[in-house]
Amino acid sequence: MSQTNPVIVVIEDDPQIRRFLRTGLHAHGFEIHEAETGKHGLIVAGTRKPDLIILDLGLPDMDGVDVIKKLREWTSRPVIILSARNMEVDKVAALDAGADDYLTKPFGFDELLARIRVALRHAVHPGLDTDSVFKSGSVRVDLTQRRVYRDEEEIHLTPIEYRLLTTLIKYSGKVLTHRQLLTEVWGPGYVEHSHYLRIYMGTLRHKLEADPARPKLLLTETGTGYRLAADIPPAASAPVR
Amino acid sequence: MIEQRPDPDALLAKLNLAEARSRRGRLKIFFGAAAGVGKTYAMLSEGREKRAEGTDVVIGVVETHGRVETLALAEGLGALPPRIIDYRGTQLREFDLDAALKRCPTLILVDELAHTNAEGSRHPKRWNDVEELLDAGIDVYTTLNVQHLESLNDIVGGITQVRVWETVPDTVFEHADEVEIVDLPPDDLLERLREGKVYLPQQAERAIENFFRKGNLIALRELALRRTAERVDAQMRDYRDDKAIRDIWRAGERILVCIGPNPIAERLIRAGKRLASSLHADWIVAYVESPRLQRLNAAARDELLAYLRLAEELGAETATLSAQDMSATILEFAHRKNATKIVLGKPTRTGWRRWLLGSIVDTIVRGAHDLDIYLLATDKEAIALQPGNLALLTRSRAYLGLAEQEKGSAKTRYPRYLWGIGVTALTTAISALMFGHFDLSNLVMVYLLGVVVVAARFGRGPSVLSSVLSVAAFDFFFVSPRFSFAVSDVQYLITFAVMLLVGLIVGTLTVNLRSEAKVSAHRERRAGVLYAFTRALGSAQTEEEIARAAVKHIGDEFEGQSVILFPDAEGRIRYPESQSMQYSFHSADLGVAQWVFDHAKPAGKGTDTLPGTEGVYFPIKGSSGVIGVLALLPVNLRRIFLPEQQRLVDTFISQLVQAIERVRLAKEAQTARVNAETESLRNSLLAAISHDFRTPLASIVGASSSLIDRGTTLSEDARRDLSKTIYEEARRMTRLANNLLDMARLEAGGVKLKREWYPIEEIVGGVLTRLQTRLENHPVKVNLPPGLPLVQVDAVMIEQVLENLLENALKYTPGGTAIEVGAEANSREVAFWVADRGPGLPPGKEDLLFEKFFRATAEGAQSGVGLGLTICRAIVTAHGGTIDAENREGGGALFRFTIPVTEAPPQIVPEEEQLLAVK
Repeated sequence: MSQTNPVIVVIEDDPQIRRFLRTGLHAHGFEIHEAETGKHGLIVAGTRKPDLIILDLGLPDMDGVDVIKKLREWTSRPVIILSARNMEVDKVAALDAGADDYLTKPFGFDELLARIRVALRHAVHPGLDTDSVFKSGSVRVDLTQRRVYRDEEEIHLTPIEYRLLTTLIKYSGKVLTHRQLLTEVWGPGYVEHSHYLRIYMGTLRHKLEADPARPKLLLTETGTGYRLAADIPPAASAPVR
Repeated sequence: MIEQRPDPDALLAKLNLAEARSRRGRLKIFFGAAAGVGKTYAMLSEGREKRAEGTDVVIGVVETHGRVETLALAEGLGALPPRIIDYRGTQLREFDLDAALKRCPTLILVDELAHTNAEGSRHPKRWNDVEELLDAGIDVYTTLNVQHLESLNDIVGGITQVRVWETVPDTVFEHADEVEIVDLPPDDLLERLREGKVYLPQQAERAIENFFRKGNLIALRELALRRTAERVDAQMRDYRDDKAIRDIWRAGERILVCIGPNPIAERLIRAGKRLASSLHADWIVAYVESPRLQRLNAAARDELLAYLRLAEELGAETATLSAQDMSATILEFAHRKNATKIVLGKPTRTGWRRWLLGSIVDTIVRGAHDLDIYLLATDKEAIALQPGNLALLTRSRAYLGLAEQEKGSAKTRYPRYLWGIGVTALTTAISALMFGHFDLSNLVMVYLLGVVVVAARFGRGPSVLSSVLSVAAFDFFFVSPRFSFAVSDVQYLITFAVMLLVGLIVGTLTVNLRSEAKVSAHRERRAGVLYAFTRALGSAQTEEEIARAAVKHIGDEFEGQSVILFPDAEGRIRYPESQSMQYSFHSADLGVAQWVFDHAKPAGKGTDTLPGTEGVYFPIKGSSGVIGVLALLPVNLRRIFLPEQQRLVDTFISQLVQAIERVRLAKEAQTARVNAETESLRNSLLAAISHDFRTPLASIVGASSSLIDRGTTLSEDARRDLSKTIYEEARRMTRLANNLLDMARLEAGGVKLKREWYPIEEIVGGVLTRLQTRLENHPVKVNLPPGLPLVQVDAVMIEQVLENLLENALKYTPGGTAIEVGAEANSREVAFWVADRGPGLPPGKEDLLFEKFFRATAEGAQSGVGLGLTICRAIVTAHGGTIDAENREGGGALFRFTIPVTEAPPQIVPEEEQLLAVK
């Protein structure tokens, strides 16, 4: 990391996890500020002006989803949530409330780092330039000309498939909930029709993946939504611009 | 010589009594010879003393009758306000039992034990109230006059010519913990009377004048003293029983009193009671129901019932025997019950009738070799005292509610006599046709046939009528001179006499035969009912079924509605929640039922408690207390309270109890078994956890401590190795913890499936992506045929199943062997499968695999608590599907689970075929 170190606020009540985050993140050049409770966390986030917030959903004093809502009142900085298993419902609610990504405990430190990087990148370059080209693995998408290639062979997509793909590209590396995708691609009236999304995701995989049953690009986050894998070797690990 | 030892049963009874005593309140009776001797005063004085000692004393009810001294005494003690009952316009002040129970003092003073409560009270008599107070553990002081004691009631009546009908059963008096006699010499009492210190009701002045004669008072005083002495004597005997310092063991006397439906019954019962008390013996009052007695009208049967009630109140066991031959039955019963003495009324038949027809008494005397027989005078003088006595008895037990008469008995009687006349007329007509062709003796036979027919069809009365008419008609129409009652030949007189006699005897025999047949038919029916009931109970599996069967059969037998009420968890009686049926007693009073349940005593119409209620309520007593209440609304109370019917009710209830307890025991056994299983599960869980958690923990602790202690001295590779160990072992523990949590969640039943429509490919893909790193060493072959439908599942759960199956395959197969995953579908179900080429399943244990904590190998390298497959089964079952496992041909295991297709997958509106290419 160069220049000024990115600032991260960790809102987590468990001291062991805080310690592990502090040591690990500090070693990777982040500046860390900690808070034990939701209320304290909101104050710390307000004073430290962080580049990213790591938030535990199971706080003793406040519902994590409420913390996100409060944060989203004044900042659009990325929020990564930490949740225990079997909390799919809370996880989805947190993502819908504006969280950017999630990690299920226990998680590996490399996973966390990867998520932080994706989130920070989106924060620096929000959205996607219409004139750029996206490339991941064997798939290349020319967003200006609205063309999609697999192994340099052009693939024909329907308008919805294309819209779905570009939406995923826009937030590549980030998890998108069913609700978010349905709203963005089909419109707010379709949020209950998640099977539409699944069917289209299926056809999209058949068109873009080498083995649709073992997808490399269009990943399923079971119970939550989908994620587009952004950094598939051997291609460049970031959007080419 | 045989050492004489106390009877164990008697000792046990004594122990039970002592135990009941310790829970019950203590009863002290202030006992006097007549009104005015100062019982109330004595009671209040002692109450005050108790108060001074610090006892919580309260006055329940005390009649001061405005006497100053009494009033002054009552002043200091708190009194419960009376309950005001509005009775036909007058306001009656009654003792408030509920208030007393609520107040729950240590000692309560309740005056006049023999008082009859106003209609609408819970109990008809005050002594019932007192019993309830004692049951509640409250000590009671009360007052009683000698003439109110049931067993002395008739004697006092005999002495004073005044009979009171407010009586207290002797059992209450005998079971009192203490009796204090309040004695005042007759002269002093008369003195007090003259001074107006004795309260006397105005209206009965004359009777009272009669009552308070010196002679009477002396006699009453003697009675009271003697009764108290008897009680002391009995106590003394009890004491000697206790201490086993008896020189003479009780002879085991048992007295049998036989009563019939006549006024002497009351005297027989009272005499039996006195005899039994003086001999300290058990006694039984039996009533033999012969065919003749079965023809009694309703009023007479009610009377009998009242007598038997009286006997029960006096502490007798009662029995109803039914038989043709009274004397044989009585003797047989006496032997069976080991009776030593029989009390009978003196024979009513006298002179030639006794000689000719015999007498029950004579037969018994002849047959009873080892029994003492007591005969009670039934002379005119004795009975002369009785007029109105019966009415009195019935009135005093009006609460039995049996006054209703059976209608139509008179109406049906007369046509029967007409039939008797008609049949005789018919035989006369037949005889007229035969006359001249046959001998006169043949005509006699025709007449006799007519009598038999009448007897068989219309009973005794018409048959007698028919016999007499036949003789008359025979004489009038056929014996010369014809058409006159005169007889020319004297020998016909013998014909008439024999004809009449034969007619009467044949008639009686036929009638008896008929009624016996009726009785046995009745018995057979009853046996049949019981049998059917027992069978119905036997096949009932739940308490509800039992209750239903009982309600139905009780309805059949007692011709009434009934309901069986059980308490809820808090012991409150509740109406059953299931839908009611034809025989259900809908308006049962739950308050009464609650009382019955709490006190384990019957209540309702015909009983001592709340006789004003519509139905009768019986406690259902199980082996460990009352388990419910049977509420019955009979069409006719006699159907329940006749002794034999009462026993039938008891039999029904005991059958019911057995059935219910059987079901409950079965349920308890089931629970116990489940508990035992849970226990053993917990043990295997603990064993598994202690192994599966400790192993990785040991590795983690070991590796991390090495890193901390010697981190700097270790080579880079070694450090890396140790770190990797920590990481992998922690992962292993995570999986284990997750499995345990999942299992707990599934078992708790708190899991709600979130079923949505998914492409099968996405589910399989999700799992494979997640397990990517762990599947590195195993080539995975995915087998998804094109065109698979959407499947409606909870994807998180189903992925869990696939993940567990894949992990299972990973665990048991060596690296490098292929694992296959696939799915197939037909119109009814979608099947997923996972197959490997590992060692396969232990043969014969395919089903055990899915049991909790089962592992293919006992303990060893393979980690995991053995919960994975159990979780799979739980999830698949929740989806309505099945899971099974089998060995594959060519080696390896195949796990397969199905999800039923319950509805057609949703359609999506196809997108317009408009491709993107905008070249």
